[in-house]
Amino acid sequence: MNGTPDSTFPQLLAGLAQEHPDRVALREKRYGIWQPITWAEYEARVRRLAHGLASLGFRRGEVLAILGDNRPEWVIAELAAQALGGVSVGLYPDGVVDEVHHVVDHAGVRFIVAEDQEQVDKLIALRAGGRLGSVEHIVFYDPHGLEHYELDVLLEFTAVERLGERLEQERPGWLDQEIARGAAGDTAVLCTTSGTTGKPKLAMLSHANLLSMGTSLMSLDPIDRDDEFVSFLPLAWIGEQMIALACALQAGFALSFPESTATMRNDLREIGPRLMFSPPRIWESLVSSVQVRLSDAGQLKRAVFALGYAIGERVADRRLSGRRSGLLLGFAHVLADLTALRPVRNQLGLVHLRRAYTGGAPLGPDVFRFFHAIGVNLKQIYGQTEICGIAVVHRDGNVRFSTVGLPLPGTELRIAEGGEIVLSSPAVFSGYYRNDEATAEALRDGWLYTGDAGYLEEDGHLVVIDRATDVMEADDGSLFSPAFIENKLKFSQFVQEAVVFGGGERPYVTAMVSIDMETVGTWAEREHLSYTTYTDLAQKAEVYDLVSRAVARANADLPEGVRVRRFVLLHKQLDADDEELTRTRKVRRRTINERYGSIIASLYTDAKAVIVPSVVTYQDGTRVEREISLRIESANGVARDRPRRGRQPAGVGGRD
Amino acid sequence: MSRAYRHDLNGSGLKRGSLQLDIDGVSLRFGGVQALREVSVQVRQGDVHAIIGPNGAGKTSLINCVSGLYRPQAGAIRFHGDEVHELTRARPSRIARWGVARSFQNIELFRHMTVLDNLLLGRHVHMRHNIASALVYLGPARRQEIGHRELAEEVIDFLELQAERKREVGTLSYGFQKRVELGRALCMQPAVLLLDEPMAGMNAEEKEDMARYVLDVNELAGVTVVLIEHDMGVVMDISHRVTVLDFGIVIADGTPAEVGADPAVIEAYLGEAA
Repeated sequence: MNGTPDSTFPQLLAGLAQEHPDRVALREKRYGIWQPITWAEYEARVRRLAHGLASLGFRRGEVLAILGDNRPEWVIAELAAQALGGVSVGLYPDGVVDEVHHVVDHAGVRFIVAEDQEQVDKLIALRAGGRLGSVEHIVFYDPHGLEHYELDVLLEFTAVERLGERLEQERPGWLDQEIARGAAGDTAVLCTTSGTTGKPKLAMLSHANLLSMGTSLMSLDPIDRDDEFVSFLPLAWIGEQMIALACALQAGFALSFPESTATMRNDLREIGPRLMFSPPRIWESLVSSVQVRLSDAGQLKRAVFALGYAIGERVADRRLSGRRSGLLLGFAHVLADLTALRPVRNQLGLVHLRRAYTGGAPLGPDVFRFFHAIGVNLKQIYGQTEICGIAVVHRDGNVRFSTVGLPLPGTELRIAEGGEIVLSSPAVFSGYYRNDEATAEALRDGWLYTGDAGYLEEDGHLVVIDRATDVMEADDGSLFSPAFIENKLKFSQFVQEAVVFGGGERPYVTAMVSIDMETVGTWAEREHLSYTTYTDLAQKAEVYDLVSRAVARANADLPEGVRVRRFVLLHKQLDADDEELTRTRKVRRRTINERYGSIIASLYTDAKAVIVPSVVTYQDGTRVEREISLRIESANGVARDRPRRGRQPAGVGGRD
Repeated sequence: MSRAYRHDLNGSGLKRGSLQLDIDGVSLRFGGVQALREVSVQVRQGDVHAIIGPNGAGKTSLINCVSGLYRPQAGAIRFHGDEVHELTRARPSRIARWGVARSFQNIELFRHMTVLDNLLLGRHVHMRHNIASALVYLGPARRQEIGHRELAEEVIDFLELQAERKREVGTLSYGFQKRVELGRALCMQPAVLLLDEPMAGMNAEEKEDMARYVLDVNELAGVTVVLIEHDMGVVMDISHRVTVLDFGIVIADGTPAEVGADPAVIEAYLGEAA
């Protein structure tokens, strides 16, 4: 099965359905059982829905919006639109009404496929406000709770499929012609950019863009039809589009959709994926879960893990630099793997994992090191929505935690003036949808200007510093990336999110930290520390001490000039609903700077505390404004009791 | 292919609004204590009917009379199904089979069994095969077992218990255990669901969740709910009809608005809170 960048997704689907009609294409856990859908069934459902959409008037080139969690219907809807020569645009299921409106309005969407009552309610709210002018049909696939809705635009998914069945009988062969008319250069999806700097833009990606990226990746790391992939990240995200569609349709492996967000961990374990591509927050949360389990484990287990981890780390260090382990170390590693490392991989559901990638944001080196030590060959991917998600990737046996690796075959990379990373490849998008101004800025002479600052190391490895606009200059004139320091802080299981300030007018580096309610809560329980709410917990002196130690540990790894001098624990968690994070959980620095100006200002005075107003909206709609005093702590230097770098197992390190 | 549920959780064949449960002049005495004095309540199909009152008003005693745990000395309780059943003389197991399901004020689950097994237990009244065919697990026994599991899974989906399906009930939080108890009662496909203080001992968030599920059971699944509750706020928000008991006597009966404005109620019950 090789890449065929001159075809379209629906053409590839037809090929797979013919070659392997009875192999499993999709699997969904429903009612506690993994329910398979074969390639033949998958294609049949896509054809039925495509006919159904056509009989409702869906036209070539038209945009279909899809709003929901990962389900077979999601990908079926996307492929149905593409079979008709249309384009799909995915919306983040947790997006609020305004975000949905922005995309639907901008793309002039007439057809929306929405999952359930929750999503349909958002659309109804928009309609009631007269803001859903273009939409003519809302197709839903989970009817629970929608039985009594009386709206003429509402249609059940199965009803559209039934409509399609009729058309299919009336005009056999018609859809095959439509699919054959599709060209690889047609736009396949509009993909929302993450929008750290403003409203998300819609990048137009063609079948050829997506498939060529898949081909290039698979030429390095072959993926075949026996691979397994659990699709749990939003399909609106380029990374998920890339694996679940572009790669799956070329390699022919099966996708599995978990039962619900709550069961995701367990479902992942049951499938045991061989392929994973996740943003850092997923890998970070896996590390946290190991740290939590370890801190609850007995002395013996902790000792066995610490020993096994130390051996795993040494072997990983050698492997990553291309050296082999000696006989003795090799033997020790076999034992360590059996007793300590494999059980941990098993708990995480990563035993069968063959290809593991992280992308979308930088991953802290400590998290990286952890996975390599337990035997997961995790590799960094660097890319953007505009280049189908992947441009640069680590190679096996040549992984360095501080770099993002080498360009994919077929990808050209150069560093432009000011250190901006500039890329060119067949996967570069054709432009932003209805936004020529932004297109002209990003695409110049066929090169994609990424807006990221970076440099090349001697051996060709790319180092990404940060978004060019985020890079800061320290007091001593050195450049630094706030994200790098933030990742250091976030390695502590108690820190959920951290935002670092500094550079320019600011004489030193400071941080605003939001604690992880779950881990800090568990810790407080064990320490017999009573608390009521998140705000209360975050302002406990003991919790400040706890975070203070994490800050000291992070400082130990940082150069003098960019150590965190003062920090504050925020009274709330940063939230995408409050526009503080993007839907892909990236910090929106501009919003943070505007909203928390007074806190940031106080970080640069001698103040011991800062008063912030906080508006609480109760469920019945009443709002109460009250003032909260946040303590500001000075970080006292670096951790002195830190053992030799890298020798401390992550689980034990996070305990105090 | 549709994701709609295949099983109807509402076991009542009556039309919405027709008389489902007719409690007629029930009196109950424990020695010298008069727990209930000629209590009459009419519950209609499709309603959420709340029974409220101060501590010791006789609310639980009344529910226990309906589900057959207590035998009232006087009065009748008529349950309208295919035919009219008199409940005051029937065994609890019989009453359950006719379609009256209940939950308890103190959780009465099998703590060492999984959520799924506890729910399947709710299917017991519908299991028809005998022990011999169940042992060999062939033919009809197998088909039935699969059908029961299917219904239990729909209840799990309905109450969003997927992540807890295989966990032992004893390890779950109080709020979840209450939800499992509701689920087990629902698995019976009841005509009337008696809930004895489903929100007692919960925090505001858990209460809100539970209120949501009770509403879903009523609105989406169409099951008639008789709700004993202490929390006036919840009752007034989600009930169609409210009966107020005080010292074993009905002192008011009507819509939440009517009852809330009744001076006798305000004095007996709301008065202490205000």
